[in-house]
Amino acid sequence: SEDKWFHDSVHSYTNASTILREDFRDTEDLDGLFSGYDPETGTYDPGSWQYEGLEIGAAAGQREQGVGLTGEQAHGAHGGELKGAELRHGEPPDVDDTLEDPRCIFQVVKRHYSRYTPEMVERVCGVPRESFLEVAEALCENSGRERTSAFCYAVGWTQHTVGVQNIRAAAIVQLLLGNIGRPGGGILALRGHSSIQGSTDIPTLYNILPGYLPMPSSQRETTLDRYAERNSPRTGFWANTRGYLVSLLKAWWGDAATAENEFCFGHLPRLSGDHSHYQTVAAMNDGEVEGYFVMGENPAVGSANGRMQRLGLAKLDWLVVRDFTETETAAFWHESPEIESGELRTEDIGTEVFLMPAATHTEKDGTFTNTQRLLQWHHKAVEPPADTRSELWFMHQLTLRVKQKLADSSEPRDRAILDLVWDYPTEGPHGDPSADAVLAEIGGFDAQGKSLSDYLPLADDGSTRCGCWIYAGCYADGVNQTARRRPGQEQSWVAPEWAWAWPMNRRILYNRASADPAGRPWSERKRYVWWDEGEGRWTGPDVPDFTPDKRPDYIPPEGARGPDALRGDAPFIMQADGRAWLFAPTGLTDGPLPTHYEPHESLFDNPLYGRRSNPARQRLDRPENPYNREDGRFPYVFTTYRLTEHHTAGQMSRTLPYLSELQPEFFCEVSPELAAERGLEHGDWATIVTSRAAVEARVLVTERIPPLRVEGRIVHQVGLPYHWGGMGYSTGDAANDLLGVAMDSNVQIGEYKAATCDIRPGRRPRGADVRRLVEEYRDG
Amino acid sequence: MNRGRGEAAMVPRAEPASYYGRPVIKAPVWSAEVPWYLFAGGLAGASAVLGTAADAAGNHTLARRAWLLASAGVTASPPLLVSDLGRPERFLNMMRVFKVTSPMSVGSWILAASGGATTVATAHELFGWFGRLGPLAKLASTALGPALATYTGVLVADTAVPAWHEARRELPFVFAGSAMASAGAASLALTPRSHAAPARRLALAGAALELGAAEAMTHGLGRLGEVYRTGRAGRLARASRALTAVGAGLIGARGRRSRAIAVAGGAAVLAGSACQRWAVFEAGRASAADPKYTVGPQRERLATSD
Amino acid sequence: MAELFELETHAWPEAYGDEARPRVGFFTDTSVCIGCKACEVACKEWNHVPEDGLDFTGDSYDNTGELSANTWRHVAFIEQPTRVDGVQAEADGGFRWLMASDVCKHCTSAACLDVCPTGALFRTEFGTVVIQEDVCNGCGYCVSACPFGVIDRREGDGRAWKCTLCYDRLKDGQEPACAKACPTDSIQFGELDDLRERAQGRLADLRGAGVEEARLYGDDPSDGVGGFGAFFLLLDEPETYGLPPDPVVTTRDLGDMYRTAAVAAGALLVGVAAAFAGGRK
Ligand SMILES: Nc1nc2c(c(=O)[nH]1)N[C@H]1C(S)=C(S)[C@@H](COP(=O)(O)OP(=O)(O)OC[C@H]3O[C@@H](n4cnc5c(=O)[nH]c(N)nc54)[C@H](O)[C@@H]3O)O[C@H]1N2
Ligand SMILES: Nc1nc2c(c(=O)[nH]1)N[C@H]1C(S)=C(S)[C@@H](COP(=O)(O)OP(=O)(O)OC[C@H]3O[C@@H](n4cnc5c(=O)[nH]c(N)nc54)[C@H](O)[C@@H]3O)O[C@H]1N2
Ligand code: SF4
Ligand code: SF4
Ligand code: SF4
Ligand code: SF4
Ligand code: SF4
Ligand SMILES: [Mo]
Repeated sequence: SEDKWFHDSVHSYTNASTILREDFRDTEDLDGLFSGYDPETGTYDPGSWQYEGLEIGAAAGQREQGVGLTGEQAHGAHGGELKGAELRHGEPPDVDDTLEDPRCIFQVVKRHYSRYTPEMVERVCGVPRESFLEVAEALCENSGRERTSAFCYAVGWTQHTVGVQNIRAAAIVQLLLGNIGRPGGGILALRGHSSIQGSTDIPTLYNILPGYLPMPSSQRETTLDRYAERNSPRTGFWANTRGYLVSLLKAWWGDAATAENEFCFGHLPRLSGDHSHYQTVAAMNDGEVEGYFVMGENPAVGSANGRMQRLGLAKLDWLVVRDFTETETAAFWHESPEIESGELRTEDIGTEVFLMPAATHTEKDGTFTNTQRLLQWHHKAVEPPADTRSELWFMHQLTLRVKQKLADSSEPRDRAILDLVWDYPTEGPHGDPSADAVLAEIGGFDAQGKSLSDYLPLADDGSTRCGCWIYAGCYADGVNQTARRRPGQEQSWVAPEWAWAWPMNRRILYNRASADPAGRPWSERKRYVWWDEGEGRWTGPDVPDFTPDKRPDYIPPEGARGPDALRGDAPFIMQADGRAWLFAPTGLTDGPLPTHYEPHESLFDNPLYGRRSNPARQRLDRPENPYNREDGRFPYVFTTYRLTEHHTAGQMSRTLPYLSELQPEFFCEVSPELAAERGLEHGDWATIVTSRAAVEARVLVTERIPPLRVEGRIVHQVGLPYHWGGMGYSTGDAANDLLGVAMDSNVQIGEYKAATCDIRPGRRPRGADVRRLVEEYRDG
Repeated sequence: MNRGRGEAAMVPRAEPASYYGRPVIKAPVWSAEVPWYLFAGGLAGASAVLGTAADAAGNHTLARRAWLLASAGVTASPPLLVSDLGRPERFLNMMRVFKVTSPMSVGSWILAASGGATTVATAHELFGWFGRLGPLAKLASTALGPALATYTGVLVADTAVPAWHEARRELPFVFAGSAMASAGAASLALTPRSHAAPARRLALAGAALELGAAEAMTHGLGRLGEVYRTGRAGRLARASRALTAVGAGLIGARGRRSRAIAVAGGAAVLAGSACQRWAVFEAGRASAADPKYTVGPQRERLATSD
Repeated sequence: MAELFELETHAWPEAYGDEARPRVGFFTDTSVCIGCKACEVACKEWNHVPEDGLDFTGDSYDNTGELSANTWRHVAFIEQPTRVDGVQAEADGGFRWLMASDVCKHCTSAACLDVCPTGALFRTEFGTVVIQEDVCNGCGYCVSACPFGVIDRREGDGRAWKCTLCYDRLKDGQEPACAKACPTDSIQFGELDDLRERAQGRLADLRGAGVEEARLYGDDPSDGVGGFGAFFLLLDEPETYGLPPDPVVTTRDLGDMYRTAAVAAGALLVGVAAAFAGGRK
């Protein structure tokens, strides 16, 4: 070790000094398992990962086993900790400020990674140690008091059965180097779709409510009080969970929500289990799902194991697809590999398919929220043509019609819909509900009906209304703050008047960490938010992410609650202990520390432990989802990725001639060595086979895809862009038909970046023969 | 696919000399009409001069035939040119401007003037029409004839096509020789022996100039001369040489005595002349298609200038 | 008819007098090109250039191939690996993936324009070279004259087409579509004098940073075409990108060619005369 970590920062701002429980066991002790593993269920009981003498509550969305943020949303903001910790004067009960106690987190982390050397990196990844060291050194040189570095990542890190732990690894590195909460630092998820961040904040997810409030559990959160108790830590900003939720309930159910009826808490859906994407598709295949709305998604091409997706669709009663074109998902009943192979026959499919033409982003008002949590308003440029309509219009009409149908109902279960406040003003030739009005509701109102300027006043007595507590203030002063476009030259370099960032228009989270424990900037070069002794306040070009007048030397009195229970030098105010976590005592389902595991399908053993793959990964053991055997019949590794010229499942690009001509065909990329080994001809065809499918692609032999030397062995890779499918102007086989579903256990993101396969020259068989080939590989 | 599939074993390593072997310049878009026009224009131009000279020498038998050939040439030329245009209906746009920087513009005006003059001259020669305009037209046609026969050398040389541009010093001579040979040979074939002597001599002189200039051109092109030795252009060039030489040999040895041999020899020289134009045309295309012919000479130039 | 005896193609700025505008062009800095092809697409969108066919070429990520009547911006992809023992050995990867966006050079001495017999090609008040599509008769002369293989005749349409340097946008005070779309500023649009200065600065920076192979291409007004209106910073020899190393405007030699033709014409006259003279006996 070269001692390049940022001592002062690590000491003061992380949980490095906290002592862990005595019964904690690391993967170093248990050959690849942490303490608490249950081999029966393949899950962990995280109890032993806790701090000594203190129970830190579970994270948002993680209270039920296997219930988490899913897929794309995996790289969303994280809610932080909800449950109470008894801090003493802001400190956990057992700490060692010298960082020498073998049970203190610093030492545990150090031991855990002691074998993760550059040599090991080379052995495991095939990345030359010099390359690794070059990157590591550049990173260290550009971190510290005077400099900061940021990590930008996307799906190369997330689409693994260790996806969440990959990001956690970045968090540990950034905390050790002091790169969090400071300008030029951070970890940035390069979000894929234009408002993926927005659809996590105001979720299109089954298990959280707006603002990362957990969806109540059917078992344990039967009442508002139970919910509030379970989700409000005594310390930190989540202490006001009840206020956030009640304000949300008031926004939705208005006058119908009263203190007497728990503000309609009973109207909220309840979580009874894992209803994430792939689980739902599995349920479809079991015939347990009646209907399916697909709005702005194309799972028949975009999701792993396309065949399982399509077989599931064929078992629905009805399917609604809202999109610009007839996507492969909408067309599964007449244009799909299963129709071609005869496995599905159009006349046998009972699914009623409704294809609804959607308006594009240029044809509607609304916001995009980017990775910086910046809400940016976009104005409608043209009216949507013909029958195309915006999502708002569709949801508005659907709600009005359902309300009308239920108007005479006396069923209690229908109250949730009947009581909904649905009074949006409409505008334009199609009667679109005003997106502005929706944003105002999200931004929230006080008791007088005035727009809120931040979330601090949110109350649990029903006096405030707010559609998403973290967005409170986006409509401050009755003005659409997200539509601000003041040029950078006309304001400070932080540009606070360009659009609006949540929370409270704050551009960098945890920015109190940009000052040292005494409240002085770490360096002049990197000054951002600091303590102004004269004014008795935190100040700087950004909105301080801290109680504005809490002194840096503040020590909480005994029994303090909420933010007041955190010290003046504890910047990570959403954590119950105010510290950033090198070691996560809770919140993760597969371990408190990132650990190396091979992918679910791999050609190699794990050189570090007896455990090959992540022991807590989620499998989907079903006949439609077979995994490749490890007997050598799938001797290559394949990975999937994007091309600049196409977008995701392709309906936004493969339908356009100007983009299609730039990448006209599905192709596979292989090294000259692999081409020679398998007799693949540049420019000709190859067939790629897994236990799930066989697809054909044009061959691009290129030295850009070099074989890697892993564990002293040469391993060949096959690279596949995943954009193609059967509909559109440029069509081709879909890479996702090859992948099986194997997931991370925290957020159920699929392992799209690594699996095993075989590759052979020539086109794939046609008709029923293609299934025969696959079965031969799978079982033969 | 622009190229055969499976041709290369992988994304080919970038050779310093080219981008995936693609041509640097575009292949000429001109088609078969153009070499035929080169031939027709040459025949017309040289025939007009021959006609005037024969007139002056009092050899009206030869003159009539030469004028007929000249007007046949100028009559065939415009349709050939027009049909090669991408937008034939806009042929007259050629007449919008007169641009010396554009040999095609200059040539269009030459052809237009020469066509008019030659037609009037021929009518005058044959039917005595146009009165005093006739001799004037003959004069004009005679003056324009050599230009019509040789400007085409500039027309093709004034391009980025290596086999043409690099041959700019020889091409007008090749075309002049070829024009003389074709005019002489064609007249010879049509004219009774008694009056054919000048035509015979013209055919022989033309053939000699054509063969000599073509040889000088191929030689002068250096490595680029390869395009005249290989492929279609190579075959055409060899055919041209053989036909011209054999035809000239026949004419020189026996053409004075036997009409039949004169006709045969004349036909061979004529064919040789046509092949010559085709050889030049195809050589140009071949040199445009392979980047080494564009890059090679430029590299050599750079190397010597450094 | 006023144009009938125009002996010179429109010169810039002289021919425009007061209406002449500063000469504009492109500096395409290929060292920052990421190969996103936004320039290609923006050009086609703005100028309604037709799609060119769904051809998979296998030439790295370049399925466009070359500039043509239907492609006015073309992004080249060049793979230059260096590997040891078939395994990627060097720590820095030892591999280059060059990308470069090519375009019409808007030559100072433009062969296409010189040889155009109809005057369809002209030089604009911005010093750029543009085809008037309502005048072009598809003679194809410009196609063979261009030393860069830029301009071409469109199948089915019959006329010649190439980059207009977005003449319509320039007239509206807008920068060309390709430059506007380029996310890395690989394509820099501006007044040529400024661009040349900027390019020198960039070259010095790159050389200073040890990129020895960086070079400017087409920035020199004394080259064979009098300098390009759209010039480049390259990281390898021009021919690696499909560009000619020493392009020359063919009309530079036109005077000589006319003189040669005159001599040849004279030879023809003499030859005919001799045919009669020789027969006098
Ligand atoms: N043109 C275009 N742009 C897009 C999209 C598109 O489809 N087309 N999609 C958008 C969306 S939805 C998203 S999510 C983003 C995704 O953006 P990216 O994450 O950039 O997408 P990918 O190309 O799938 O994967 C990126 C890289 O991950 C690397 N990779 C694979 N496995 C590993 C690994 O184990 N470790 C590391 N470090 N790297 C690995 C691969 O080399 C691959 O090049 O792009 C967005 N932008
Ligand atoms: N093998 C493999 N699989 C992957 C990935 C990978 O890297 N490899 N990446 C994964 C990732 S990161 C992602 S994000 C997914 C993407 O996968 P999907 O989300 O399934 O695919 P998209 O093509 O992005 O689908 C979006 C659809 O929304 C439509 N659309 C666009 N705007 C609107 C609108 O305003 N309204 C409506 N109603 N529709 C609209 C588009 O036309 C398009 O058909 O793929 C995932 N799958
Ligand atoms: S590059 Fe070619 S087409 Fe463009 S101006 Fe120069 S000669 Fe003309
Ligand atoms: S094709 Fe058109 S633009 Fe080109 S030279 Fe001929 S007339 Fe001019
Ligand atoms: S300047 Fe305009 S016409 Fe020329 S390449 Fe760029 S976008 Fe196309
Ligand atoms: S837009 Fe810019 S970066 Fe993208 S390919 Fe074109 S020149 Fe390169
Ligand atoms: S599409 Fe291009 S410009 Fe738009 S966000 Fe992605 S990289 Fe940026
Ligand atoms: Mo994504």
